[in-house]
Amino acid sequence: MILQTEQTRAEIAEWFEACSVHDVVENGGVCVKYKKEQIALFYFTRRNEWYATQNECPHKRQMALSRGMIGSVGQEPKIACPFHKKTFSLATGQCLNGDECSIKTYPVKVINGIVFIGIAKNQD
Amino acid sequence: MRIVIIGNGMASFKLCEKLRTKGSKYAITVFGEENQPAYDRVHLSEFFSGRKADDLFMAPKSWYHENDIQLHLGDPVKSIDRLSKKVHSFSGETVTYDNLILATGSAAFIPPVPGIEKQGVFLYRTIEDLEMIRSYSAKVKNAVVMGGGLLGLEAAKAMLDLGIKNTHVIEFANRLMPRQLDIEGAGLLKNKLSELGLHIHHSKNTVNISGEEKIHAVEFADGSFLETDMLVISAGIRPRDELAHQSGLAVGPRGGIIINDILQTSDPSIYAIGECALHNKMIYGLVAPAYEMAEVLSANLMVNFPEATAVKTFTGFDMSTKLKLIGVDVASFGDPFIENENTRTIAVTDKLKGNYKRINISADGKQLLGGILVGDTTQYNMMLQTCRNKMLLPADPMDILHKNTDQKKSDNAGITALPEDALICSCESVTKAGICQAVSEQNCNTVDAIKKCTKAGTGCGGCVPMIKDLMVHTMKEKGIYIRNVVCEHFQYSRQELFDLIKIQQTKTFNEVLDTFGKGDGCEVCKPLVSSLIASIWNEMILRKGNDSSQDSNDRFLANIQKGGTYSVVPRIPGGEITPDKLIVIGEVAKKYNLYTKITGAQRIDMFGAHVSDLPNIWTELISAGFESGHAYGKALRTVKSCVGSTWCRFGLHDSVSYAIRIEERYRGFRAPHKIKSAVSGCIRECAEAQSKDFGIIATEKGWNLYVCGNGGSKPQHAQLLATDLDSDTCIKYIDRFLMFYLKTADPLNRTATWLNKMEGGIEYLRNVVVNDSLGMAEEWEAAMQHFADSYACEWKAAIETPEIRKRFSHFINAPEEKDPSVQFEEMRGQKKVPDWNNPK
Ligand code: SRM
Ligand SMILES: Cc1cc2nc3c(=O)[nH]c(=O)nc-3n(C[C@H](O)[C@H](O)[C@H](O)COP(=O)(O)OP(=O)(O)OC[C@H]3O[C@@H](n4cnc5c(N)ncnc54)[C@H](O)[C@@H]3O)c2cc1C
Ligand code: SF4
Ligand code: FES
Repeated sequence: MILQTEQTRAEIAEWFEACSVHDVVENGGVCVKYKKEQIALFYFTRRNEWYATQNECPHKRQMALSRGMIGSVGQEPKIACPFHKKTFSLATGQCLNGDECSIKTYPVKVINGIVFIGIAKNQD
Repeated sequence: MRIVIIGNGMASFKLCEKLRTKGSKYAITVFGEENQPAYDRVHLSEFFSGRKADDLFMAPKSWYHENDIQLHLGDPVKSIDRLSKKVHSFSGETVTYDNLILATGSAAFIPPVPGIEKQGVFLYRTIEDLEMIRSYSAKVKNAVVMGGGLLGLEAAKAMLDLGIKNTHVIEFANRLMPRQLDIEGAGLLKNKLSELGLHIHHSKNTVNISGEEKIHAVEFADGSFLETDMLVISAGIRPRDELAHQSGLAVGPRGGIIINDILQTSDPSIYAIGECALHNKMIYGLVAPAYEMAEVLSANLMVNFPEATAVKTFTGFDMSTKLKLIGVDVASFGDPFIENENTRTIAVTDKLKGNYKRINISADGKQLLGGILVGDTTQYNMMLQTCRNKMLLPADPMDILHKNTDQKKSDNAGITALPEDALICSCESVTKAGICQAVSEQNCNTVDAIKKCTKAGTGCGGCVPMIKDLMVHTMKEKGIYIRNVVCEHFQYSRQELFDLIKIQQTKTFNEVLDTFGKGDGCEVCKPLVSSLIASIWNEMILRKGNDSSQDSNDRFLANIQKGGTYSVVPRIPGGEITPDKLIVIGEVAKKYNLYTKITGAQRIDMFGAHVSDLPNIWTELISAGFESGHAYGKALRTVKSCVGSTWCRFGLHDSVSYAIRIEERYRGFRAPHKIKSAVSGCIRECAEAQSKDFGIIATEKGWNLYVCGNGGSKPQHAQLLATDLDSDTCIKYIDRFLMFYLKTADPLNRTATWLNKMEGGIEYLRNVVVNDSLGMAEEWEAAMQHFADSYACEWKAAIETPEIRKRFSHFINAPEEKDPSVQFEEMRGQKKVPDWNNPK
């Protein structure tokens, strides 16, 4: 089973092994540590989709998105920050409340029950 | 052409408004004696329950300017010169008129009793009267209201609202509300009012008011007397006809400016409207006829000025009333007393429920002529319409007395049966057709919108339930029934979802979404549905399948703080805590480096816990006997208490024990919003119970229960629901109150907001809770008992369940590492969070 967010077509430098499928809460998120980065990983069980974004909410720069609630607006999957409920598209990273800047997204793939997060090439 | 209006009361304002909305070009000058612009006298008593004088204004001062009306306030007219058509005001203004309108209203009738001028004697008619009463009442322990009519009872209710528990009503006649009620109905009303704590005395003829400077007692012809600190006179009204009298206009033998059917006085260029006018030997002491007079006069003034060939006439008015006060509904309509060979009377008394219903019907049983309702007045609007529109009664007239089982259907049939021109709002003369058109043609989908558009329901408000029924009915008919839905994922209201979840026995968010919704949920419906599931099934909220649909604070059983750490608030019921437990809190806080603070609600908050420390912290707290304080949930928070009779020299009962009992009964109860409570040991109210969702104050005889108050951004005082309850009854009432709130409130509405939106307000609520008008009491009490019996501490379950405990780590791939972005600074010997990181 391979699922991948659509827009991240940048060349992947590394597929980093994050955790097992069972570690991730259903229809929710967890935070993954990658070097000095914090990545929020979401298992949208209802839609059988995986998403990963930066864990930091750009609004007040809180490391919190993985603790937020996921959901949808129309077809768009989204995450709501637990602090002030700003929402961001899980697919594109765009802020859905207009004002905030968008968040970074990462491709995800699942092989044999292991979740991998793709780190782009130009990334340090 | 100039119109001068004397008086700026309700009738005067309505006339100005009608003239201007009809587009009249007359120059208008208004003189008002009071300092405020016209205000809503009908709702004057709300001044005591927190409404500000400005909120009562019919229109802001600027309205008169915008509508080109010269308004002189605080400047009464002192004489009229009819020959030269001039009025002279107190301040020296002289204005010439073409037409003069007297709208001087009435004054309270002051009986000629010696001593009436003493300090502590008040009238009840103007904002100024009420301001004086309010400031005087602070030092008063008891009060007497003279007059057991409509106004007198309203004044008595106001005394209770002011906190004067010992309030007496004295009435000259042999019963309360003699103009509206017969002996039987009045007797029932008396019983009900006595239950609320009013002391009622009838057949009392006051002969003297004794005291030095200040009133000391009211003395009666039968030799009895009542000692009191204050007397409020509300013994009838006297039309203000002094100016008319002085300028030679015809007035009635018992007062009132005589007018004809086009509201003209004995001088053809002078008219009188409202309570000062005497039409066909009647003074109308209600707002609806005053408005009708304003309508008739404005219509006539519009078409032919000055030579009147009137287009409209005033031919008298139905004096049906529904009393809006005091926790007991009372209504009378048509001719309530009629008894002769052409009529039959049917009367039913239900002493147990406290209902009295009387209808007078024609001998052939076809028509309703009038009637009286005490206790249950739900059929008032329907009966009034049947009576007014001369609609045929059902084959068995008794049917109209009973709510039949198929109430909804018959109500609708009732509405449909009404003729198009049935007058629904008599204050603003709006017909059924007018309301239905507003809904179907002007898209008014709420009662508020209808009010704005047609003005129906803005006067005495008695017709609002009927407007709502008509609205819903019309919307349904047109297929435009719009619901108060949760969000894009659920086409249901919170209340509907509540019932659906219960009936279909759905227990996880996904199940609910699959069964009743669409899409994938969001941050609005997830917490709402989770809260419903928690209240209905009372299962551990972090059970798999429900964990990730909890609001973030519920999901971690703690409040997230600035910086991403959490706070820990153990329950400290009633604010009582042992030294040992204090030490445990100190030790835990020290060990996990937590900031400690006494909260505004009598407990201790420990801030700055890393998510991964939460289970360890709670393990220690729980083993020392603490449990979750639910500071994170839309649930019961604290029940504050004062120290009460165990230590306090004024304490009447043990408020601490009672607060603990209550907190332990409702702990963990999840509701549409958080709920707070408090118990005070006496009326000094050190626990601030009157600012809580439900608050309890000890009295000599038991507990007074207040409901629907809150602090927060829009503070509101709680209102008295019931008095002198014993401890068990009080808890029963709270059970019912909370269950009713749980079932019917909109999402995230505190109890105060809920009540503010509730039609019928506190009286309706009291009927539901105290009189069990919905017949739900038993079911609700049982449900609450079940809830209390099955309560378990969430934190205990969380630390004992490995799958749940595992979720309390920051990094899934490095569970032992804490979030390195969490930083602290030092302040006054404790830690604090640095300010927000600036956005990039
Ligand atoms: C800790 C405390 C302030 C303190 O240091 O004293 C506090 C702290 C918060 N209050 Fe409060 N309130 C605290 C007492 C109060 C009180 C006083 C009281 O309860 O006697 C009030 C006014 C009384 C009332 O609610 O009627 C109060 C009215 C609010 C409101 C406004 C509610 C309203 O209806 O307008 C909010 C916002 C909300 O709930 O939506 C709020 C929300 C909050 C939140 C939860 C805001 C948030 O989402 O982060 C704060 C975080 C608490 C935390 O991190 O633990 N807090 N808050 C108090 C905790 C009391 C406790 O032991 O549980
Ligand atoms: C506490 C209370 C509760 C009530 N509840 C209800 C109810 O539930 N339902 C209902 O239908 N009715 C109720 N009423 C009655 C209702 O308020 C009156 O019927 C209505 O206000 C009459 O309007 P009006 O314009 O005739 O008189 P008012 O509103 O009294 O206005 C007359 C104004 O004229 C002024 N005035 C008098 N003389 C002069 C002068 N020479 N120069 C200048 N100004 C002068 C007065 O100061 C006053 O401001 C209630 C009344 C009170 C006091
Ligand atoms: S008043 Fe505002 S800042 Fe203070 S604790 Fe309550 S919510 Fe936070
Ligand atoms: S920090 Fe995320 S919304 Fe404010």
